[in-house]
Amino acid sequence: MEHSEIMELLPALVDQELGIADTLAVQRHLDTCAECRREYAEQAALSKRVRSETACFNAPPDLAARIANTLPQDKPRRSNFLARWHFNWLQLGSAMATLLLAAWSVGFYLSLPSAQERMTEEIIASHVRSLQADHLTDVASTDQHTVKPWFNGRLSFSPPVIDLAAQGFVLEGGRLDYLDGHPVAALIYRHQKHPINLYIWPTNSKDAGPQAQTSRGYHLVRWSSDEMTYWAVSDVAENELLKFSGILRLAAHQ
Amino acid sequence: MSEPTKNGRFQMLVMPHLNSAFNLACWLTRSRHDAEDLVQEASLRAFRFVDGFHGDDARAWLLTIVRNTFYTWYQEQHAQQQNTLFDEEFHSLDTADAGDLRYRDNNPEQLLLRKDSERQLQRALASLPLEFREVMVMRELEDLSYKQIAGIVGIPIGTVMSRLGRGRKLLAKILAPANQGE
Repeated sequence: MEHSEIMELLPALVDQELGIADTLAVQRHLDTCAECRREYAEQAALSKRVRSETACFNAPPDLAARIANTLPQDKPRRSNFLARWHFNWLQLGSAMATLLLAAWSVGFYLSLPSAQERMTEEIIASHVRSLQADHLTDVASTDQHTVKPWFNGRLSFSPPVIDLAAQGFVLEGGRLDYLDGHPVAALIYRHQKHPINLYIWPTNSKDAGPQAQTSRGYHLVRWSSDEMTYWAVSDVAENELLKFSGILRLAAHQ
Repeated sequence: MSEPTKNGRFQMLVMPHLNSAFNLACWLTRSRHDAEDLVQEASLRAFRFVDGFHGDDARAWLLTIVRNTFYTWYQEQHAQQQNTLFDEEFHSLDTADAGDLRYRDNNPEQLLLRKDSERQLQRALASLPLEFREVMVMRELEDLSYKQIAGIVGIPIGTVMSRLGRGRKLLAKILAPANQGE
């Protein structure tokens, strides 16, 4: 290689960016050329000095947070950079996105059953399934003092378990079930051969008196008290189920 | 609506390189204040294009955006006024608060000399013409390869090499009179 070519390659030698063949050729030339040696030494020294003495500017601690704040598409912070160009683009984009989202969510909302309807469906399905699959009870006992402790460690709450055999509702056992994305306690009572599933889970809502409804031939009564929600479902007559809920609510308060 | 994943990608790809972006922005704008605006603006752009990024070098990708954003702004500014102001704030910056410097000894006299020499170097680097300054910062401070720099600046690798060579020579020349005076 010519001297002038070597001269041009010196920065890459400093930066160790040359291939092996070029590195060897340049180094061979350096052995014989004082001018190139001086040039190489100067480049290397300067590079070293810049690297060791120049400060890197770190981003201010709050910059990341400020950037994150501007990201939600609505209001990017206006600066003098490209303000006009940005304006049209982003405004139009976010307006269209908002419109689309609004249209989509209205459509979605209309097609959705209400939470209440969904829960009713889910509870009836669970009730039917528990009867079909011969899996009515995980723990079979008529003794409330056997059933209640059984839930310990299986649930994050302790459901009230009350035997109502004297009133004609015989406790048969308990079961773990899964409703609305939560594990719930299911207690099984029998009233004149009719099984009753009583689902219990914690709630934040206020106490509410019993409300009855009928769906697909099943009767449901739901109520809330002492930060628990109760749903009773059965094929017994509705007044029997209401009676059951009444007795249970009284007993729970004693 | 893929906002969460888009935000997640942004957090994962862009945020780790905020310091690099800010450092380059500081050396391009020569002002901390402008650098903050520049990085914010560039981040918004990065956010918009983050879905289109499929490479594995997110830092080079972000630095490309920072640089492009800067040049757009720079050209607009230059159209308005020819002579840009030299930002005093940047040059009076105490390098001690700025970064990764470690002093090997605590001798106060040495420290003062060192600081003085650093300040000179900083000033000299800041006064380099943009085309040399940017490759110098990317190479010496960000430790990017020729290939990465070539990609960011949009020039051949050979040009990266020659700009670095000339940049170092220029810098040495700027620093030379000061050194002789000592």
